Amino acid sequence: MIIGAIKESASGERRVAVTPESVKKLVKLGYQVLIESGCGAEANFPDSFYQASGAEVLLDRDSVLAQADLLVKVNVPQSDEILLCKEGCGLISFVWPAKNENQVDQLRQRKITTLAMDCVPRISRAQKLDALSSMANIAGYRAVVEAANEFGSFFTGQITAAGKVPPAKVLVIGAGVAGLAAIGTAKSLGAIVRAFDTRLAVKDQVKSMGADFLELEFEESGEGEGGYAKTMSEEFIVAEMALFAEQAREVDIIVTTALIPGRPAPELITPEMVASMKPGSVIVDLAAQNGGNCKLTRPDEKVVVDGVTIIGYTDLPSRLPTQSSNLYANNIVNLLTDMTPEKDGQLEVDLEDQVVRGTLITYQGELMWPPPKIVIPSPPPKAASVEAIEPAGKPSENSTNHWILTFVAIVLGASFLWLLGNYAPAEFISHLTVFMLACFVGWQLVWNVTPALHTPLMSVTNAISGIIVIGGLLQMGSDWQSPSSLLAAAAVLIATVNVVGGFWVTHRMLAMFRKQD
Amino acid sequence: MGTVPQVAWLIAAVCFILSLGGLSRHESARRGNFLGIVGMVLAIGAAFWQAIESEVSGGLSQGGLSVLAVALVVGGIVGGLLAVRVAMTGMPQLVAILHSFVGLAAVLVGISVFLHGHGGAENTDVIHDIEIFLGVFIGGLTFTGSVVAWGKLDGKINSRPLLIPGRHALNLAMLLVCVLLGAWFIQSSASSSDLIALIIMLLISFVFGAHLVMAIGGADMPVVVSMLNSYSGWAAAATGFMLSNDLLIITGALVGSSGAILSYIMCHAMNRSFLSVILGGFGTGTAVASAGVDRGDLVHTATTADEVAEALKNAKEVIVVPGYGMAVAQAQHPIREITELLQANGTRTRFAIHPVAGRLPGHMNVLLAEARLPYDLVFEMDEINEDFPDTDVVLVVGANDIVNPGALDDPTSPIYGMPVLEAWKAKEVVVFKRSMGSGYSGVDNPLFYNENTDMLFGDAKKSSDDILQALRR
Repeated sequence: MIIGAIKESASGERRVAVTPESVKKLVKLGYQVLIESGCGAEANFPDSFYQASGAEVLLDRDSVLAQADLLVKVNVPQSDEILLCKEGCGLISFVWPAKNENQVDQLRQRKITTLAMDCVPRISRAQKLDALSSMANIAGYRAVVEAANEFGSFFTGQITAAGKVPPAKVLVIGAGVAGLAAIGTAKSLGAIVRAFDTRLAVKDQVKSMGADFLELEFEESGEGEGGYAKTMSEEFIVAEMALFAEQAREVDIIVTTALIPGRPAPELITPEMVASMKPGSVIVDLAAQNGGNCKLTRPDEKVVVDGVTIIGYTDLPSRLPTQSSNLYANNIVNLLTDMTPEKDGQLEVDLEDQVVRGTLITYQGELMWPPPKIVIPSPPPKAASVEAIEPAGKPSENSTNHWILTFVAIVLGASFLWLLGNYAPAEFISHLTVFMLACFVGWQLVWNVTPALHTPLMSVTNAISGIIVIGGLLQMGSDWQSPSSLLAAAAVLIATVNVVGGFWVTHRMLAMFRKQD
Repeated sequence: MGTVPQVAWLIAAVCFILSLGGLSRHESARRGNFLGIVGMVLAIGAAFWQAIESEVSGGLSQGGLSVLAVALVVGGIVGGLLAVRVAMTGMPQLVAILHSFVGLAAVLVGISVFLHGHGGAENTDVIHDIEIFLGVFIGGLTFTGSVVAWGKLDGKINSRPLLIPGRHALNLAMLLVCVLLGAWFIQSSASSSDLIALIIMLLISFVFGAHLVMAIGGADMPVVVSMLNSYSGWAAAATGFMLSNDLLIITGALVGSSGAILSYIMCHAMNRSFLSVILGGFGTGTAVASAGVDRGDLVHTATTADEVAEALKNAKEVIVVPGYGMAVAQAQHPIREITELLQANGTRTRFAIHPVAGRLPGHMNVLLAEARLPYDLVFEMDEINEDFPDTDVVLVVGANDIVNPGALDDPTSPIYGMPVLEAWKAKEVVVFKRSMGSGYSGVDNPLFYNENTDMLFGDAKKSSDDILQALRR
C-alpha cells in the first residue's frame, strides 16, 4: 500500500503527519511512502531527509493524492482534496466529525475509510495513539512559554545585587494532560504553581509535578466518563468561583484548560476577576476554541484588557511544529502498527477492535460515527475501604482463640512432662536435656546467619546431619553378614555421601563469595 | 579407655556449633566450614576407633571392619563427585537429594537397631520402642519427601501442586494408622509382628512424605527444602536417642532448629503460615484472581536492548532484582559484566534480593557469587527497599511475584500482605521476561502495565548479552 502525505492547506498550520523518523517505521511495516515536496519544510524536515529515510518525493500535491492508497494528514482534508483522492482509499487525520459534517459526508460518498485521530477512545490500550493527549501536552508547554513571553518579569525568584525579585505565581485550572504539562513547565521556570481541578483524583498527579493543589471544603468529585470532568452542582460552582476570585488578585499568570466534552467551555474567569488582577498579568486560555474559560478571550487573538493580556491562540501545537509533528507522526505509526498485524503493508480494519471501531468515521460508504458506547469498567472505589474495615473486627476474636490455644498447649505440655517425669528412665531425661539445650543453641546461632549465606548454611547443616554415619558405625555388629549389620553398612555409605558432598560443595560455594576490590 | 570416643564427640559437637556460628558472616564462613570438617573427622575417627577397639575385644569381625571402610570410601567418592559436578543452578536439587540420604540413613539405622535389639530379645523398653518407631517414621517421610522435592526442582516431576480430593483426610488417616501401628509395636513383644508393624509404618511414611511434597507448588520450594532440612535434623536426633548418643542428638537438634528457622523466615517473607505452606495447594487461586480484575484493557510497553542500554548509560542509580528466571537462563554472568561497565561509568549498581527469590534460601546470592559479583553489592530486601524512589533504573531479571505491587494494595490478590521489593517506585523499571505469562503463584502482576515499566521480552541471558553489546558500543 502507498501512504501519501501532503502539505497542510489550513492557514498557519505548520505541522506535518509524517516525519523522516516515522517514514522509516512505516517502511518497516511494509508500506511505500509518497510525499509532496516541501510538506515538512515548516516543521524543519527538508525533502532530502525524507528521501534518506526511504520516502519518494513528488513535486505536486495532485499526483500524491492520485496515487495514495492511504492519506495521512493533520487537519481534515478540504473538499477539493477529497475529490482528488482515489475512491475507497484510506484517510488518517484529525476530523472533528461533529464540526465538519460536510467533509464527513463527502468522505462517506467517496467510500473512503476515515480514521479520526481525535476520536481515539480514551482507554489505556490506546494511549500510545492518543494524538489529543500528545497535542495537549505540547499546548500546555507552549501556553506557559507564551505567557512568559508576555509577562514582564522573571518566573523564578532571585536575589540579585540590584535587589530581590519575587517568583511569579501561576494558577493552572484543569489538571488534564495540558494542565499538567503547563504545571511542569511553569515549575521548571521557577514559578510558584498552584492548580485546581474538580477531579480530586488528580491531586497526587498535581503534587508529583511540584504544584500545590487547591481544594474546596466540599464533598463532590467531578470525575466523569473517560477521565474527563463533568458539570458540577451549583453550590460547588459558587465555591469554586470564590476561590478563583481570591486567587486572581494574587497570581500573575492564569492558564485555563477546563473542558467538558460536548459542551461549551465553562466560564471560570469573569471580567471582574480580570479587572482585579495586577496590571501586566497574563491569562492563557487553552479552551479558546470551545468558547474560552474567560469571557474576554477571543479565539486566535491576543487582547489586552485592563492591563491584563489574554491569549486565546488555538494553534499552540502548531507553534512547536517539529515537536508536534514528531509526536503526531508517532501516534499514526502506532495506530498503523496495530492495524498492520502482518507487517505486509496491508491495512486491516478490524471492526471488533474497540480502538479501531471508535476511531472509524466512514467505512465502505457508511457513516460509522458515533461508535457504539464502550463500557469501561471503572474500579469500584469503595471496595478497598470495605476490605480495609472488615479485618478490624477480627483481631479480638482471633486473640481469644489465640489465648485458648496457648492455654491448651500449656496444659498438654505440662501433662506430657508430668508423664515423662513419672515414667521415663533417667538416661532418657539426660538425653532430652541435651536435646533441648542443643535446640536452643541452634536457634540462637542460626538467627545470626546472614541471609546471603543461607544456601551454604543449608549445605553445611546437610553435611553435619550426615553425622548419622556414627549411628551406622556403632550398629555394625559382630557378625557383619547379619541383616542388622548390612543395613548399618548401607547407612554408613549413604551418610558418607552426605558428609563429603555437603562439606565439599559448601567449600566450593564459599570460595566464590568475594568482596569488591 | 571407654570414654575417649565420648570426649572426641564432645569436641566434635563444639566444632559443629562453632561451624554454624562461623557462617554468620562472610569473613568467617570458610573457617566455619573448616571447623565442621574437623568435627566430622573427629567424630568418625572416634567411632571407627571404638569399632576397632571392639574388634580387638572380639565384638567386631575383620570382615565388618572392612565393610565399614569400603562403605566410607565409596560414599566419600560418590559425595565428592556429586559436589564437584553440580552447577550452582543445580544447588537446590543437590540439597534436596542430600536430605533424602539423611532420611534413608535414619531409616536404615533405625531398622538395624530394631533387628539388633530384638535379636538379643531383651529390650522391651517402651521409650526405646517409641524412639525407633519415631526415628524410622521421620526418616521415611524425609526420604520420599526429599526425593519428590528433588524431582520437582529438577523438572522431572511437574512442579504444579498435585491436589488429590480429600487429601487432608488422607494425610490424617495415614497419621492415625501410624499411631495405631505404633501402639501395636510397643505392646507386642513378638519380634516378627513388630517387624511387620514397622515395615507397614515405613511404607505409609514413604507415601505420606511423597504426598506431602507433591501437593506443594514450585514457588514454595524454598520452604519445602528448609522444612526437609529440618526433618533430616530431627531424624538424626531421633537416631541419637535410639543409640543413646549425645553427639547425634546435639547435631540433629542443631540442624533441626536451623531448618525450622529457615522455614520460618521463608514463610514470613511470603506472609503465609507454615501450616498453609506444608498443607500445600498454593497457586490454585488463579481463576479467582483473574476473574476479580479484568486487565483486558491494560497494555504493556515493550522495549529493546538498545533502549535499555541507553537508559542505563544515563542512570546514576541502578538496582537489579534477580529471580528464579535469572537462574534458569544463566544470565548472572552477563549481568555481572553489565554491572562492571556501569560501575566504571560511575553508576552505582546494586542488587536487591528478596528472601524467597529462587528455589532455595540464599539461592540468588550463591549464583551472583558464582558470577564473581562482589557480595557487598548485594543487599537484602530490608536494607534496600526504601532506596527505590531514588533509583533511576530497576532491572527485574526473571522475577515476578516478589515485585508485585498487588501484594501491598490489592486485598483480593492471593499474595496480599507478602512483603515485596517496591521496584515500581523507581523512575523506570525494565522487566526481563519470556512472555506475558504470570508467575509461579499464577497471580497477575500490575507492575507490568505501569507507565514507567518497560518489558524486555526474550530469554534473560540473550537480553543481557544484547544490552552488554549495546553498552560496549
